[in-house]
Amino acid sequence: MKSSQPDPLSREQTPWLFAAAVVTTLPHTLQQPWWLSAFGALLFAWAFLLWREDRRLPGRWILLALVVAGVAAILADFRTLFGREAGVATLVLFMAMKLLELRSRRDATVIVMLGYFLLLTHYFHSQDIPTGLWLLFALWVVTAALVRLQAATMPPRENLVQAGSLLAQALPFMLVLYLLFPRINGPLWGLPADAFTGQTGLSDSMAPGNIANLVRSGEIAFRVRFDEVPPARQQLYWRGPVLENFDGRIWRQATRPASPERIEELGPRIAYEMTLEAHGQRWLLALDAPVALPADAKLDGRLAALAPRPVDKRQRLRLSSSPAYRLNTAESPLSLSDNLRLPANGNPQTRELARNWQAQANGPAEVIARALRHFREESFHYTLQPPLLGRDGIDDFLFRTRRGFCEHYAAAFVVLMRNAGIPARVVTGYQGGEMNPRDGYLVVRQSEAHAWAEVWLEKRGWVRVDPTAAVAPERIERGIVDALPAGEPLPAFLMRHGDWLRDLRHRWEALNNAWNQHILGYDTQRQRDLLSRLGFEVDWRQLIIALGLACAIVLALVTAWSLRQRIRPAPEIRLWHRAQRRIGIHCAPGETPLAFAARLRAADPALAARFDPVVRHFLLARYAPDNPTSLAALAAAVNRLPRRRIA
Amino acid sequence: MAINFRELQQRLFGSRDDGLTPVTLDRRRIFILPSRAGLLFALTLVVMLLAAINYNLALGHALVFLLAGLGLVGMVHTFRNLHGLRITPGRCAPVFAGETAEFTLLLDNDRPGSRYGLMLEAEKGLSTSSSVGGGNQASVGVPVHAHRRGWLPLPRTRLSTRYPLGLFTAWSYLQPGMRCLVYPKPLPQALPDGLWAAQGSGNGSGGQEDFAGFRERQTSDSLRHVAWKASARDDGSRPLLVKLFAGGSDSQLELAWSATDPTADDETRLSVLTGWVLAADQGRIPFSLSLPGVNIPAGNGAAHRQRCLEALALFRT
Repeated sequence: MKSSQPDPLSREQTPWLFAAAVVTTLPHTLQQPWWLSAFGALLFAWAFLLWREDRRLPGRWILLALVVAGVAAILADFRTLFGREAGVATLVLFMAMKLLELRSRRDATVIVMLGYFLLLTHYFHSQDIPTGLWLLFALWVVTAALVRLQAATMPPRENLVQAGSLLAQALPFMLVLYLLFPRINGPLWGLPADAFTGQTGLSDSMAPGNIANLVRSGEIAFRVRFDEVPPARQQLYWRGPVLENFDGRIWRQATRPASPERIEELGPRIAYEMTLEAHGQRWLLALDAPVALPADAKLDGRLAALAPRPVDKRQRLRLSSSPAYRLNTAESPLSLSDNLRLPANGNPQTRELARNWQAQANGPAEVIARALRHFREESFHYTLQPPLLGRDGIDDFLFRTRRGFCEHYAAAFVVLMRNAGIPARVVTGYQGGEMNPRDGYLVVRQSEAHAWAEVWLEKRGWVRVDPTAAVAPERIERGIVDALPAGEPLPAFLMRHGDWLRDLRHRWEALNNAWNQHILGYDTQRQRDLLSRLGFEVDWRQLIIALGLACAIVLALVTAWSLRQRIRPAPEIRLWHRAQRRIGIHCAPGETPLAFAARLRAADPALAARFDPVVRHFLLARYAPDNPTSLAALAAAVNRLPRRRIA
Repeated sequence: MAINFRELQQRLFGSRDDGLTPVTLDRRRIFILPSRAGLLFALTLVVMLLAAINYNLALGHALVFLLAGLGLVGMVHTFRNLHGLRITPGRCAPVFAGETAEFTLLLDNDRPGSRYGLMLEAEKGLSTSSSVGGGNQASVGVPVHAHRRGWLPLPRTRLSTRYPLGLFTAWSYLQPGMRCLVYPKPLPQALPDGLWAAQGSGNGSGGQEDFAGFRERQTSDSLRHVAWKASARDDGSRPLLVKLFAGGSDSQLELAWSATDPTADDETRLSVLTGWVLAADQGRIPFSLSLPGVNIPAGNGAAHRQRCLEALALFRT
């Protein structure tokens, strides 16, 4: 096997590289434009055919033309070559092109390195357990291809085993690095605009249908672990944006800055830890009423907790709330008048109704009770599929369709109150949550999205009123599935399943939660906590030293383990060596056993008399191995030898 | 001040052993450095780590750390692929100048697992690769170009490997005390008539009486000697054949230094003699060889041939 430059690939190595290219690019077909997947598949099929037919790879000019075409297509589709999505698309394209240029070991190395990098890009889209498992598999395949480059003649099975074994030995290093490598909170540089796409969550405005759409998503909004006993379900109002401006159809946040809240706590606090999923907005969805926030968070003047920056990654927060509270008993007149404002025209029937109630009732409390009774006693229905509303949406809803979701009830109630001269506003957020008995976390999903009302009353401040509770008390007490009428089509994840299925789901979610909390959620803070619990002064210099030491120890262990393996000599050889150790005289290299025995006889006849049986049985065991008793006889003879003589 | 780097290298890494006994590679004999692919790998990891930090990918961190661990494990295993390997010098068959000598080394693997991708290189650009099964032995011929006649010592040989990942190169220098006998490059020339010993048939053409066999025609052979019938039996793709005659049982050749062209240089004269020795041996004609200071009496057969070629190879060296 003479080698010539530059190190050509053998035919048997190529399929391994094909496999590496496929496993690293395949999952990207779910995200990237269809034409790129088709182009890549075409290039791969071409490369595969050329390999099967043992034909020459295409020339430089054809490749150049293909690269130009591919890059032009990416530019046309993404308008850039950089940024996250376009960058990944370019890498996928290069990977496919490289298969047509697979001549030397150097080309193959480029494929493997590109493959490793592409593995990382999968995590842009998902970091859940299945993705992790798939990538472990892909990593195995790519590593096997890398091993293949150095051992073209290795049997495929051994090749796979070798790659797996190397990865298994790399695991301790990963563990050490994961725990001790100083974590830096990103981003290091400005993220491209497409860094956070496809996040779901509450929006900063509310139009009819918004929340009903959100409810159809089974995604988890946040998880909560209470320090002590969880509060009752009816108290679980997780506050999001407060909407005060109404244009007749859409509710929006007020632009006017509000003065800081004055909260009177009327009961004990509840402390909890919230793990908030990324939703691309600033609100933190604290339990009403938040009284202790993380250092960098603040309240917006309307009791909604805000993060300093949009929540673009999963965050863990320590919060405390006081479920019994009194908010802003002395509210500014400006704020009160804002919360009475309505569009000048529109919804005349609603105005009429509210004015009647105001005239008949004795004070605001009675108007509120009257409105809730109205919702309860008239034939209002709670449904995810409300009919379309006309121009005067509130009139349509209150007097014609009477079918709506929480947002309809909250909006109609606030309009009624404002017409009756009671300051009122819409609050959006989440209500309820599902306790996972497996890990004790309360899981709040997008399906728990909710809208309710707040009215301002003299001496009592802002008071929460949930008109949905009047129409469908089950929604608040047990959750949305019980509240929706029978026969209404439900999203699959909300359907009632057998107990075992629910238990399975609980287990899976608890596993995911553990994964999120302990693996994905391992950040600067957790690292600091862990190390200080282990008694380390947390300082990046010490961290580096600890890291270096730990890596050195693991490296030494792996080295010792891997160098230790030796073939054990045959049993008769081991007994023969033991016999020599026992008498303290050793057979010289190249000396036959019989010559050794003769030498011994000349030096020490008494010892030789006892050593002779050893020689005889050793020769029998070694050269007449058919006799099974000779080995036992040899062992017995060795055991009869005197112990090492002190010379 | 010029430092002879090669000499320094030789002295540092060269002969630690007598070159005859088996050598077991231990950690003092094995060197290891990242390969070019290893540097590319490191660069890829740095870029991946930056991406993982920037996009806050927890699993991205894990992937980078796992790959970093893989690199370290690869280093250990590349080292391990040489560690404990026993190398025993073997034999080396003589070659003619201009050919490639193959120095046989025996590689012993006393580990249960195979060792792949072992590369042996004694001369720049001329290497051979091999693998040894678990608990097995492999013999490898290390190629070296034989340029000049005489003894060709095996130069310092580099045994290297990149297995399993190619990210590191581990190597060791071997200096087995092996040498290979290089015969002079034969110059194909017809046996001149004047070399027949003046005995038996008496005159120079005496060697044309008893048919002794065929040999391939060389350019200098007279066309009169071509065996046309025998040559026609082949399809013409082979060189023409020339009949060889033995001038009787006692006819023999006297190949002598003095019979060669005195105006040519020594090496050419040795080459001519070598060509004659081969031709005579092929024709199974007994021959004697006389060089200044060397006289080998007439003889026949492989041992005689070897003795004569050896004398030619070592003449005045």
